[in-house]
Amino acid sequence: MAEKEKATIVVFSGDLDKVYAAFIIATTAAAMGKDVSMFFTFWGLNVLRKKKFSFGAPRFLQKMFGFMNRGGAERLPLSKFHMFGLGTFFMKFLMKRYNMQKISEMIKLAKQLKIKMIACTTSIGVMGMAKEDFIPEVDEIAGASTYLGLAFEGNVNLFI
Amino acid sequence: MKADKTLDCFGLLCPMPIVKTAMEFKKMRIGETLEILATDQGIKSDMPAWCEATGNKFLGLEEAEGEYKVYVKKIKEVP
Repeated sequence: MAEKEKATIVVFSGDLDKVYAAFIIATTAAAMGKDVSMFFTFWGLNVLRKKKFSFGAPRFLQKMFGFMNRGGAERLPLSKFHMFGLGTFFMKFLMKRYNMQKISEMIKLAKQLKIKMIACTTSIGVMGMAKEDFIPEVDEIAGASTYLGLAFEGNVNLFI
Repeated sequence: MKADKTLDCFGLLCPMPIVKTAMEFKKMRIGETLEILATDQGIKSDMPAWCEATGNKFLGLEEAEGEYKVYVKKIKEVP
């Protein structure tokens, strides 16, 4: 079989709506026969973090940051009209009403479609996170050159 | 139109009809035809685009009262 064409997506945002866009494009690209990689960095890491608190960070500021910047795919806020959670709650209600997958289900679907999910090592380092803070679906913890290596070969490379 | 298999995507929005079609195709043999039932109007342009990208054959679409029946023939394996 010929080598598959590549597509990459940088998921920088941890906003529910933007993460949806990323997963919809990623899963569709995989369905169209592409070899898809998603590179999660900065706020995007919250998508891959376990829901529970992680107090493993070495520095006080990182612990504080980890406390305020809570992770978990089901806890992402809308980029607009979050309204202390009310707007996001109603949006999720609508999405459920229209049979849309939850983000956690999108992650499982991505896994099923063999989409590679990479967590950014620099963000992890700065925020004092560890491998244990992430869900097992994460394929790899790597840096920019891993991403670029994939992106150079890709003909669809997005930053969301 | 006659089909070997039917895939129910009623009530599902993009990207699920396409993703489910791709998954169903993996289980099918070359030469078989799949009928996809959907309510998302995006399928009108999405399915031909998917066929174009994957090298499969778009046989046609029937539309009635917001319900779509799409027919796709498997020509080759999606990588």
